Amino acid sequence: MAAPDLPAVVGLSGVVYGALLNHELAWLQLGASAHNPPYKAPPKAPVLAVRPRHMLAHDGQAIGVPKDAPGVWVGASLGIVIGRQAQRLRAGDALQHVAGYVVAGELALPSEAADQHYRPNVRRLARDGFCPLSRSVTPAAAVTNPDALASRVSIDGQVAQSSTTAQRVRPVAALLVDVTAFMTLLPGDVLLLGASAAPPLARAGQRIRIEIDGVGALEHALTLEAHPA
Amino acid sequence: MKTARVIWQGAVHVATPHAVGLQLASGEVLAESAVQWLPPVTGGTLIALGLNYADHAKELSHELTQTTKDEPLVFFKGPGTVVGHRGRTPRPRDATFMHYECELGVVIGRPARHVLARDAMGCVAGYTVCNDYAVRDYLENWYRPNLRVKNRDAATAVGPWLVDAADVPNPHDLRLRTWVNGEVKQQGHTADLLHDVPALIEYLSRFMTLQPGDLILTGTPDGVVNVQVGDEVVTEIDGIGRLVNTIVADDAPPP
Repeated sequence: MAAPDLPAVVGLSGVVYGALLNHELAWLQLGASAHNPPYKAPPKAPVLAVRPRHMLAHDGQAIGVPKDAPGVWVGASLGIVIGRQAQRLRAGDALQHVAGYVVAGELALPSEAADQHYRPNVRRLARDGFCPLSRSVTPAAAVTNPDALASRVSIDGQVAQSSTTAQRVRPVAALLVDVTAFMTLLPGDVLLLGASAAPPLARAGQRIRIEIDGVGALEHALTLEAHPA
Repeated sequence: MKTARVIWQGAVHVATPHAVGLQLASGEVLAESAVQWLPPVTGGTLIALGLNYADHAKELSHELTQTTKDEPLVFFKGPGTVVGHRGRTPRPRDATFMHYECELGVVIGRPARHVLARDAMGCVAGYTVCNDYAVRDYLENWYRPNLRVKNRDAATAVGPWLVDAADVPNPHDLRLRTWVNGEVKQQGHTADLLHDVPALIEYLSRFMTLQPGDLILTGTPDGVVNVQVGDEVVTEIDGIGRLVNTIVADDAPPP
């Protein structure tokens, strides 16, 4: 379960926002349905979610799966750690506001519903521990290109998804520009670039590993909760 | 008991109400306008409800696809969106419809996970007034209400007071009103909450651990209208507080 006394990671503020549907493949998969009700049109602004403190988990913490869920989708997301106040950034200076990077997990109860992206769906997406974050921040200077990092999700030691941080609708700098146009990020805040589309499903009783090359890795046991979702 | 957090002479103080304004723990009595008002609670998660009054849901029904029988429409807000009593909220230059939302704020007092409605009121520390602005021009149907509408800097006024739960015998018997420049524009009653306070705590604690300091914004009733730069917006809930906010121009240079 998420520790109640977060911020969990030294140097982080505990404030975390995440981009959703930021992988170009996600829009290929949505296809024409992005133009149909209830969506009617693809979004103009970045699709975002707040990741409150109950969602945060340390590397190694067990994460609960409701007893009536088939498992959880597990995605790997790059976490952009803000180094100085970021307000209305421009493309040319956005990366200068980044202190470094962390690895984040993007867990969700699975859904096949056509309208699954219409509402915030917090009961499915924002459960205790569903946003694990790595403990240490990899300095920005140590990451040559944050938009070209290999990522992997493994389940019980087998690679279940191999992807990269590329092919984003908004790469790191563009995401920072469009988010800080209307909300200020402060030092220690984390903005998640967002996981790759088609995340694998892991079940209670399995172990997951979420890693981004050059940034870090997370490992968690998934445990069966006594309660339903 | 009612408490506020204010800045006076460069330091943060806890204040209580006084006939002419407020009183610091030192005994010093100050006018309301003499201090900077901070939100009465800080550091917790902001949990907001949409469409939680029958009349407001009806008001907006032409653009909705969910009904009032669905599970609560919950979204979260980040800390940068909060502003205190007598604060200022910017109106984006290109906005054509920005409205206030007077809401009862419920402050959690003890950790809660898998709490049933019948036990839920024991988890409440107290109440405050919230004004949860929305800029409807930016509504998009992805994870709606999206953050550009609801998570703008300084667009959620909170305060002035945290009122102890013990001093609010029935949080479902409170009148809410909003004035714009002295004219009543919104009236409602917490008896009309679709999901009442115990139901919300039971629902939320099914999937998240509520922590002391978490603030639930319980939604707004009918009567939201557009506000303009210079408008004074007062949201008031009987016995809880009278929260003043002023709309200001967005002074940033255009992109």
